[in-house]
Order: sequence, then structure tokens, then C-alpha cells
Amino acid sequence: MSLSKQEKIRNFCIIAHIDHGKSTLADRIIQMTGTLTAREMQEQVLDNMDLERERGITIKSQAVRLVYSAKDGEEYIFNLIDTPGHVDFNYEVSRSLAACEGAVLIVDAAQGIEAQTLANVYLALEHDLEIMPVINKIDLPSADPDRVKEEIEDIIGLDASDAPLISAKTGLNVEDVLEQIVKVVPPPTGDVDAPLKALVFDSLYDPYKGVIVFCRIKEGQIKKGMKVRMMVTGAEFEVVEVGTFGAGQFRPSEEGLIAGEVGYFTASIKNVQDTRVGDTVTDANNPATEALPGYKQANPMVYCGLYPADGAKYGDLRDSLEKLQLNDAALVFEPETSVALGFGFRCGFLGLLHMEIIQERLEREYNLDLVTTAPNVIYKVHQTNGEVIELSNPANLPDPSMIQFMEEPMVKAKIIVPSDYVGAVMDLCQERRGNYFGMEYLEATRTVLDYELPLNEIIYDFFDALKSRTRGYASFDYELCGYQESKLVKLDILVNKEIVDALSLIVHESSAANKGRKIAEKLKKEIPRHLFEIPIQAAIGNKVIARETISAMRKDVLAKCYGGDISRKRKLLEKQKEGKKRMRQVGSVEVPQEAFMSVLKLDE
Amino acid sequence: MQIGLYFHIPFCASKCYYCDFLSFPKQKEQERYMEALIQEIEKTSESLPLETSVKSIFIGGGTPTVLPPFLLDRLMKAIVTHFKLEPSCEWTIEANPGTIERDKIEVLRKYPITRISLGLQSTHNDLLKSIGRLHRFEDWEESIRLIKAYTSWQINTDLMFALPNQSFEAFKETLETIVKYDLEHLSVYALIIEEGTTFGDLYEEGKIKEVPEELDRKMYHYAQTYLKEQGYTQYEISNWAKEGYECKHNLVYWQCEPYIGLGLGAHSLYDGKRFYNEENLEKYIKAAGDLKKLRHDEEILTPKMMMEEYIFLGLRLLSGIDEIAFEEKFGQSIWDAYPYQLNKWIKQGALVHDKKRIYLSHYGLDVCNEIFSSFL
Repeated sequence: MSLSKQEKIRNFCIIAHIDHGKSTLADRIIQMTGTLTAREMQEQVLDNMDLERERGITIKSQAVRLVYSAKDGEEYIFNLIDTPGHVDFNYEVSRSLAACEGAVLIVDAAQGIEAQTLANVYLALEHDLEIMPVINKIDLPSADPDRVKEEIEDIIGLDASDAPLISAKTGLNVEDVLEQIVKVVPPPTGDVDAPLKALVFDSLYDPYKGVIVFCRIKEGQIKKGMKVRMMVTGAEFEVVEVGTFGAGQFRPSEEGLIAGEVGYFTASIKNVQDTRVGDTVTDANNPATEALPGYKQANPMVYCGLYPADGAKYGDLRDSLEKLQLNDAALVFEPETSVALGFGFRCGFLGLLHMEIIQERLEREYNLDLVTTAPNVIYKVHQTNGEVIELSNPANLPDPSMIQFMEEPMVKAKIIVPSDYVGAVMDLCQERRGNYFGMEYLEATRTVLDYELPLNEIIYDFFDALKSRTRGYASFDYELCGYQESKLVKLDILVNKEIVDALSLIVHESSAANKGRKIAEKLKKEIPRHLFEIPIQAAIGNKVIARETISAMRKDVLAKCYGGDISRKRKLLEKQKEGKKRMRQVGSVEVPQEAFMSVLKLDE
Repeated sequence: MQIGLYFHIPFCASKCYYCDFLSFPKQKEQERYMEALIQEIEKTSESLPLETSVKSIFIGGGTPTVLPPFLLDRLMKAIVTHFKLEPSCEWTIEANPGTIERDKIEVLRKYPITRISLGLQSTHNDLLKSIGRLHRFEDWEESIRLIKAYTSWQINTDLMFALPNQSFEAFKETLETIVKYDLEHLSVYALIIEEGTTFGDLYEEGKIKEVPEELDRKMYHYAQTYLKEQGYTQYEISNWAKEGYECKHNLVYWQCEPYIGLGLGAHSLYDGKRFYNEENLEKYIKAAGDLKKLRHDEEILTPKMMMEEYIFLGLRLLSGIDEIAFEEKFGQSIWDAYPYQLNKWIKQGALVHDKKRIYLSHYGLDVCNEIFSSFL
């Protein structure tokens, strides 16, 4: 008896802590199933963006359909859905997981379980996925697969006795992974003849085809020419193209997709807002009665101001943000103005990495030169009149007399660290106003620390500080856990006695003096000397808490005449002038754009 | 029309550690080079309108006086043969101590040379050695003695400050020693460490340091005060003269008057254009005076560029810019052209506006690049 089409499908994802080899294993699987020839093979096939390749991270979910000839003589269809590993992109992970029945959990044979391993496993368990542990990098001299197996069994409670011991890099035992996927990951279920229900798990904007909707068919089928309806937004479209994912390309399919399959469709959709991720697609002529449970909307947690370095590029920045938003529902922005920086946007991001990625994409892909203000979280400001404001820009904080109290967002953090560094990490968390919840030993030499921390304290440089204090051995993951009342103040920075709105920060009372001093010191280094002395002050209200002075310029002379070579003189002066162009006028002081960002890195 | 002429002699006995001029110790090429230069002189004179006359000549380098007397003679002869010199023409030749002997003086005396510029830099032999100079202070004294004994040339000497390991006292002593010779003109330059020089390399390697700004300015301010007491007037950022002995040739540069540079890599401003000559010695010699092959990167100055240069060069002079002259030259008031910059710098005390002139203040002289660049 031959197997039905559904019985031969395996939908799975790979989850792992960053650097444990997720993309490498995906590449190897793609290569071994013959989807790509060795020549076509480019490292990290699923990481399309240059940024993903360079940073070795995955930002967007990607999917690929593979055909695997198993040892039982059958050909199986594998839909491999790649997921990002970083905490900022957890919402992307959960979208991908909802499209799968199983997850391959990679654990590094030398490093063992890390914070993101746990976070990802919990997510996968929430989605009822079959989890299949794989131990990678066994070719490393420091590999200790037996210890790692024990960890998996003790900490996660998964049976790791059959876990393949592989090297994704060399391809060693990757075949075992493929065989196990066939055996362990259950085939999808779902009635092919029922009304269509497809879960949208991602979308991509293509200038020719319109929105390309990535979906997992849960019930029924979808074909070219069908009229579909988005159950949440109510929008209706006629399907133009249906297909599956090759590696890095779309493969149209005349037969369409049936329940259990993963693929895409296009329908000349111009507006991404019409195809929200998490929505259910159904047949407009034979609609399903109930939509699938969607996803939690990913809400921005970190905000910052983005300004074009050249004021004339404001329109370009707006257009670029709109284009990025087409493929990134989590990015939000609205126009704002700053006295120091002019016209720009207040943008919301999922986290600091997300913010960096967007900035880099704007600079690289859209060729924009940006000035960024320090990131901040959303504070809840309870006013004396009973109104509550959600504050995303420190400059807009009402007068203190109008404020009853303020709340700030908190996170639950898990930090896994070698036991030798527990003290250092506890010091760090203490400095960052953390509440200690508990500690557990993974084994004699490794510890999990549980902390509650203000999000405000981890968005700047917490991760860097954690890495440097643990020589890179700590791993870290967090999730938002609500708001808490806190003694917060607005720290203003005055340059030559004028407040620079773009430098204002909301900080905890206890750290205001320290932060103020560091910012003043940093600005002293960043702002060039002028013909007059420039005081730099940090103040809370009218009270100055730190002060530095930039002394007046002493010498800037080209003494020599260079014969009659005036062009050379001119070039030197032009270069000097060029440096000035990138500066912002604050009163009579010229402030380099870098200064606005220098407050980001106060720990250096 | 009156123009200035510059002749470049790229040869030196050796390269000083701070020097980034186009010069090298290549004795063998001297004769071929001078032939090519004389060809360029002929072609240049043919290319100029008949009514052109010369108001200033500067023979610089390198060290022109490293040339043997017969080559010096050929050059001088070619100049007086092919150009029409104004009776008041200032004619300067650069020299270094130890390269100007009796025989050379006799050759030069045949021509209407009016001025000699002697490189000294410091009166301290240890400092001279440390900056790569071949001569000693005593050689300079001997050159001055010879010049004063056999010619009536005006004399300039170049001095440097802010040298590595130069103390304030050493610089002060240099000034005090030099004023005793009662020279007409003094150029006093701060050291600039340039890339591609010996000092540039040593700086990269961390083997020499720039002197602290405080010391640099202390030396400069001392020179300003002391030389004034001694009867010298500072008329430019780095130049002092006894009354009536300002260098006319340098004024040509600073007042944007036309000049033609001849020889390797020499720069010109002529007919509203800037251009410069071939910088490769072999290519220069092969071009045999063909102006089309020699002249590179011709740049036509726009009115905007001319105004900018008029300002950043004019402000180098302590007398600064005459508002009326500016308006006559450009048909626009300087106040309409640069209101923002002028008001800003006057308010900040770097520029002075007085009796229809605009000039750098005492402090403005210290930070002039900041001022100049703002006008571009």
C-alpha cells in the first residue's frame, strides 16, 4: 500500500541558540536532498539578506521545500522552515512554529544548553511540536556529547538517547537527522475536502507580484483562480499564483496546495496591511466558520528617534521606512520634530538588535545617512488629573508637578553562566536594578540565574556588559512581564546652557548622577573645540548634577604657503568644511552627529 | 598686464626631515632639466601677450643654488632675454647656507636680482642636525657675510618653531641672535608634520611628537611681541618685514594676482585659471617645454571660487581685506556675499571690522583655518 500525499509530508523547523549551527545544518540538509547542486550552494542559503550572512543571524523566517528519498524507499516532502534565534525575533519564531509539526533542536556539543535553547524549547512545547534533539559540532576537540545528552534529559526532560551526533559543518551523520525526521516528526493532518483554512505565517512584498503570502494549509486546498478571503481583515482577492519554496526562489504549482502543505500564493495584493500575519485565509465562496487561532501581535518595546543626516532626505527616509514596513509588521514609526535634529521619525522596534538591523538596512539598502537618538522604552505616566500617557519620547514628559507616578516595563530574564562568573553577573544585575528570583545548577559548573529587570536597563548595553564580564560565556534571554512603579526622572543635557532635546533621557533616580556624568564626559570628547569655552551640563529640572567644560580652541593654522599651490590649501580647507557639514547646530555650538549616539555606549 | 613668475629648481643637497616639497638630491639630471626649463621659458614667453611685464620673480626649490654656476648663469640669462621686467621688479632667489659661494654670487650679480632668501630654521646646531639640515649656524653666518660684502640684496631668512625637542628658550635665543644681523625680512613657520616625510614616518612610529599647543602658541606669541619691539612689522601669518620690505612675490599669491610657475610641478594662476606642471622629472624633461604636454588639471575659477580664495588668501595678510576693493573686484559687497560668516566671527572675536577693512584679530591668527574654511 502506498502512502497518501499527506502522509509523505514532514513540516519542521530547526531551533537553536545563536551559533549552535542552525543555518549550517539547514544548508547541509538542502544540499544533501539535492535541491541545490554544490555549485549553486552558497553558505547559509536561507539567510537571504547580506546582513544575515554577515552577522551570522537569521532575521526573517524562510521556508524551503525539499524532496528526500528515505531508506524505506519512499520519497518524502520536507518543508523546512528556518527561524530566527535572537530574543528580539521571538514572534517570528512562534509564527514559524505554528506552521510545523516538529522541531529539530540543535545543541552545541561543547557549549551545551544555553538561554535561547530553553526559550525556543518552551515555545515549541507551547505549539505542541514533536522535539527532536540533535547534538552538533561533535568534531570539535572540546565536544562532550555525553554531558550534553545528560543536560538535555535533566533540564528539558527530553529523551536524548537516540539524538544523532553530527557535524553540520562536515556533513557527518546528517543522514541520520533526515531519517529521524521521517520517523519522529508526525505527518500533518487536516481534511483535504473541508473548506479552506490557511494560516498566514509571513509575507513579502514584491514590486511585480504584490504581496507574496506565506501560508500553511490546515484544511482544504488552494488553487490558482480561487477567490479567497482574509478572515480577520475581510479583504478578498483572486489567487493569481500558488506554489512552493525552492531554495531562494518561488516554484509555481498548477495543482495548488492541499491541507498539510506549506507554500505561498499571490493575488495582486497591493497593501500588506490586508494580509496580516496570523490571519486565516479561507475560500470566499465556501468559507470556514471559524478562523484559526492567530498569533500575539508583536508590539514594539524599544523606541528611538531616526533623523536623516541631511535634512533634505526626510522624504526619502519616510519612503524607505514605508518599504521596510511592508515586510516587517513589527516596525512602527511616526513623524516627530526635534529642535536639534529637525524633522525625523520616532520608530518602535522589538528590541535593540531589531533597531540596529533596521538602521543598517536603511543605511545600506536605501543609502541613507542617519542620526539616531538613544533608545528608550515606553513609560506609563500617571498624571495628577487621572490620565495615563504612554510615553515613547522622553522630550514629551509632562512637567513633574503634573505627574503622580510613573511605571516602567519589566522583563523576566534567564541567564546561563559558568558558575565561576555567578558573582560577576549578580553584580551586574544589581547595578541594573535587578530583583533576584533564584538560581539553579544545570550541572556542577553551570548555573541558571533568574532575575526580574527593568527593560530600560537592558536595552543599551546589557548584553555587551554581560559578555565582557563573563568572557563571552554567558547567554541571556528575556520576556516582558508587565509594568512596575518606579522612581524615574528626566535627565536633560545642556550644551552651552541650552537643552538639547534629542539627548534627554528617562532614567532611574539612583543612576541619574552617574549617567549624567558619563554623558557629559563623552560629549566633551565628541564635540570639537570652538572659539569659545563650552559648558556641558547634565541636569534634572533646574538642578545641575554634572558638568564638564570644553576649552576654547588654541591653534588651527596652516603656517606654510606651499609655493603658489593654492589648490592644495583649498583642498585642506574644503576637507575641514566637509567635516562641519555633518554637524548639527545647537545654539552657537556645532555638535557632531556621532555625539547624539554616543550616549548609547556609556560603558566603554 | 603685470604678472609674477616662479621658477622651480627641484634639486637639493639632501632632503630635510620635514620637507614635503617637490625636491630631491639628483645631481646627474641637473643639466637636462635646465635645458627643458629654458625651453619652457621660451615657449611661455611666446605664449604671452606682448604687453606682459614681470613685477616679481621667485626662484625657489629645492635649493636653486646647488646648481653649478654655469647652469645658474644660463637660467638667469634666459629669464632676462625672454621676459620684460618692470624696473621695480623684485627678484628673489632661494639659497641654503653652504651652497652660496663667491663664484655663484659673481654670476648672480650680473643680473638684477634684488633679494635672497636663506633657509636657516634655527641657530642651534643640535636642532639643525635633528631636522636633517646639512649646514651649521656658522655656515649661515658666513653666507650672510659674503652676501653683505659683495651685494646690496635684501635678505630674508626662514626660521622654524614647534620643532621636536625645541625649548621655548632655544627659540627665543634664535630670534635674539637673528635680529642682530638686521635683515630686512623674516619668515617664521610652525613645523607641520606632513605625511610622506621622514618626520611623518617617525610620527607614525611614535618616535616624535608634536609639541604641546600651549608651547607652540607661546613661541608664536613671543615672536609677535619681540619682533615688533625690534622694528619688524608682521604683515602675514608667518611673515615679518622692516617697513617697505614686504615680499612682493608672496603678495601676488595672497592678493590673487596672476602668476605663472615654470619648472617641475610648478603652479600657476593665469587668465582666471589654475593649473600646474608635470610632476614627474623624466616626463617633464621629455616634454621639452611643450606647454600642452606640461600643464595639467586646468581649473577655471568660478566667480564663487575666486571670491572664496580672495577671502582666505587675503585674510592671511594682517591688513586683511579692503571692502571697497572687494566690491570693485566682484561687483558685490562682501557683506552681502558672506553675512553669516562675517557676523559670526566678528561676534566671536576672530575677525575685526574697522575703517572699511576686515582682518583677523590676534586670536583669529591662531585659529585662522576655522575662519577660512567657513567661507568655502
